Amino acid sequence: MKRTACLLIFLVTALSVGCSRQPKTFVLVAKPTAYGTAIVESSGGKQTAGVGTPLLQPVVLQVNDEQGNAVTGALVILHGPSGIYLDPAAGTTDSSGQFTTNVSLGVIPGRYQITASTTTKTGKTAELKIEEIAFGYQEMLGSQLNDQYCARCHNQESSPERVSNYDNLEVKPHPFTEGDTLNKMSDADLTAIISHGGPALNKSPLMAPYGYTLSKSEIQAVIAYIRMVSDPPYGAPGIVYAQK
Amino acid sequence: MRLPDPLEKLRQRFFGDTVRTFGWISLLLLILLAIAPAKNHFADWRRYQRGYEHLIRTRSDAVTLQRHFEPGVQQIWLPEMGVVDRCTTCHSALKETTLMDVTIQPYRHHPDIPHKLDEFGCSVCHRGQGTATSVEDAHQSTLAWEEPILPAKYLESSCGQCHQQDLKGTPQLNLGRKMLTQYGCVHCHTVKRPDGSTITGTDDPPTLTHIADKTSREWIYAWLKDPQAYATTATMPNFKLKDEDARDISAFLISSSTPASLKLVQASLDAAKKVKDDAALQTKAASLYGESFCASCHAVQNAAGNLVGGNVGPELTKVGSKVKPEWLQAWVRNPHDYDPPTGMPHYRFSDQEVGLLTGFLMGKSDSDLLANVHLDAATPEQIAHGKRLVNDYGCASCHEINGIKRPENFAPELTKIGSKPANQLAFAPGVPHTLYDYINAKIRQPRAFGPGLKMPQYTFNTAQVDALMNALLSHNERALTMPAAKTVAALPVSHYEPAGKAGQLITDLNCFSCHAINGRGGDMAPDITWEGSSVQRDWLVQFFRNPNTLRPALIRRMPKFNLTDAEINTLTDYIMTVYQSPKIDRDSMPLSGYSAGQVELGKQLYYSKYSCQACHIIDTKQDKGYIGPTLSHVGSRLTAAWVYNWMKDPQALRPGTQEPKRNMSDDDARALTAFLMSQKGRDGQEAKKR
Ligand code: HEC
Repeated sequence: MKRTACLLIFLVTALSVGCSRQPKTFVLVAKPTAYGTAIVESSGGKQTAGVGTPLLQPVVLQVNDEQGNAVTGALVILHGPSGIYLDPAAGTTDSSGQFTTNVSLGVIPGRYQITASTTTKTGKTAELKIEEIAFGYQEMLGSQLNDQYCARCHNQESSPERVSNYDNLEVKPHPFTEGDTLNKMSDADLTAIISHGGPALNKSPLMAPYGYTLSKSEIQAVIAYIRMVSDPPYGAPGIVYAQK
Repeated sequence: MRLPDPLEKLRQRFFGDTVRTFGWISLLLLILLAIAPAKNHFADWRRYQRGYEHLIRTRSDAVTLQRHFEPGVQQIWLPEMGVVDRCTTCHSALKETTLMDVTIQPYRHHPDIPHKLDEFGCSVCHRGQGTATSVEDAHQSTLAWEEPILPAKYLESSCGQCHQQDLKGTPQLNLGRKMLTQYGCVHCHTVKRPDGSTITGTDDPPTLTHIADKTSREWIYAWLKDPQAYATTATMPNFKLKDEDARDISAFLISSSTPASLKLVQASLDAAKKVKDDAALQTKAASLYGESFCASCHAVQNAAGNLVGGNVGPELTKVGSKVKPEWLQAWVRNPHDYDPPTGMPHYRFSDQEVGLLTGFLMGKSDSDLLANVHLDAATPEQIAHGKRLVNDYGCASCHEINGIKRPENFAPELTKIGSKPANQLAFAPGVPHTLYDYINAKIRQPRAFGPGLKMPQYTFNTAQVDALMNALLSHNERALTMPAAKTVAALPVSHYEPAGKAGQLITDLNCFSCHAINGRGGDMAPDITWEGSSVQRDWLVQFFRNPNTLRPALIRRMPKFNLTDAEINTLTDYIMTVYQSPKIDRDSMPLSGYSAGQVELGKQLYYSKYSCQACHIIDTKQDKGYIGPTLSHVGSRLTAAWVYNWMKDPQALRPGTQEPKRNMSDDDARALTAFLMSQKGRDGQEAKKR
């Protein structure tokens, strides 16, 4: 009797383990040949991409020593929330002291925080946090509308295709990343100023009404986009979306 | 027969008499019967439903959430689409907006999309097996079901099943569809839309019937070996040809070429030769290249290695190493002589100007490109072999070649590629056995699938491959069987041809390369379908004589074609009479004579209520707005009726324009029109000078 019970229990556990098996990732860690004291971002932070898609630019990190010189052969290990894919997730810095990784974001729209760490000589770890943003359908639509209608005033940067109009404006609009200002505005406020123009909030009429040009859902999409890219993030402090 | 002792004892004990036997057998049956309910009890979905109830118990709106929650297997059934989706059994919170902060699956709220769950279900967009109630069956590919959940990066492909037109929220799908037509995929592969129409290429590969007049065999060889070595932007893929194969194909192409009737003007050739060693001429040539706005369509790599210019025509960075000067001078004079359907306009250059441009372009060469190419005279065997290869590789699917018929259906049709069962695919070693990985690998490394394959190697980056994947996956069985009421058909292809003498001019100048008219043409420049309602005749004449840009921030501009007065008249008359909007009566409002009061009122509205100066310049000293066209001469450019209607509803006149619709009153619109029509510029010549 006992034996059968044991067998049964064994079978059941084996089955359930088998069914719920999840792909485990083993990070093969290279041996560091040198140690730095700090890790800094060279490029690739604050990018945006659709959910589940790779970022256009790789993330490039650099390990420095006390004097701020780049260190070759230092170990860099990356961690991110579930769903993010880092290729590679660990390695040593190259001859210019840099470590390059390609990032694909997870399937949940939101901010993805990547923690990069390196071990120092004394065995401590130096850390750096970088954020990348995954757009869902709404944010993606909003970002397209922003490109078409808003960016030329609300973005100070020019490209050959799009010369910024920011400098020409007497009253300066805020870039949508400026969370310090935009996070204080409620959704209703944003809807009001976008639909009815600056005067709706006693602001400058240089901000035109878009309520007859964009549909309600398009305006919602633009707001979703503004909320997603704002820095510091919109929402209760401490909440990092898309993290377990 | 007696059993050994201990066993016999056991038998005695349990099955000693009928009652005991019956009892034990009943118990066994009971246990067996209990397996099914137990399995049910331990089913994935029950566990998830218990988890959900546990999750909502502690929330402030627990009561409402509990009321929304329906235990048991849930199902969305949409017979007309063949949808039986039980996903909501475990994904209980898809519609719960208050659970926005929950990030654990399967309890996430569905992000906002334009469609309702109850109308489309889940598997229409996400694929997977809708009827399954276990995690693995629903999401992964199993023996019984091989269509796994669609990876998120390909989700836009699902929009493309019904929407055959570009959507603002699906940039990847839009790009992928554009690439299908731009990179020649559809020349070899037939791809049909659900409505039965076939997707056609937009890349216009050149004819090779007179190739020997245009370029050398050495260049063809180098190009065949690696098109991107000549121009990084080249859309022709790499066929990974062996040296002998490239040698023989180039031999065949040269031998099959017939002479084109090119107009050879010695004066132009002489002028071209002088440019090389004359700095002054070079400057002159460079400024002619600039003034003619060649860069609106053609890119050239600058010293820093950046491409500058448009991508309508081919890149010209190394054109001097490719073409023969005799061909180039004829091409610059009138490209239609060599290639009648070309998109390049016929500029009316003088022979001297043709020479300058020819010399300037011949100077754009790269001595390394052909340095290592040494070809001996071709033998008849090589030519014959080259011809075989041209047939084998389907070159004539894209290019017109003398003596070769265009092959029909050269490559597999891709109309249903997005739902091809994985068991019908031959996977390359190392490629995971899913349709997604298969197509991805086919695009990235077509030759890895085995020897003798002909699909060429493209040089796409990850984003481009993903975009193409989205476009390809949208062509599937479901798209073909979608109820018509749910689909949005592709825009019909317009074959509009303008008539008469003006029509010939429009074709000769290739206006369609940049402007759209009646649904046909490019999007680099404004749609001019209603130009006749919009502009004043005198302005249009001036503009043809000397086109200047209306937008300060615009780099691309309309070139000057050096038209004769007679040609300008023909074009202008045609535009003014034919290209009219049925909604606007051009003569319903006067061009001038508005009262000073009206003008003043309009001015106030312009600068305060509507703050038009944010985007437009009227007073060139004070206004700075950069987005819309400069309006300092608008009163001598546009018709009052157009301006008035534009104020009322700009999108009705030009769909997609950035100008926001203001919903203004008739009075405001009239006053603004009066003010704008009073902006005639300081004198008529002002426009010409700038
Ligand atoms: C012509 C330039 C222009 C365009 C185009 C424009 N805006 Fe603005 N916007 C402004 C200006 C100027 C302000 C500042 C008004 C003030 O502070 O008085 C402003 C303010 C705002 C604000 C309030 C926060 C802030 O920056 O002060 C929001 C939100 C906003 N705009 C959204 C949009 C959206 C969304 C679009 C596109 C649909 C858009 N804007 C297009 C000029 C523009």
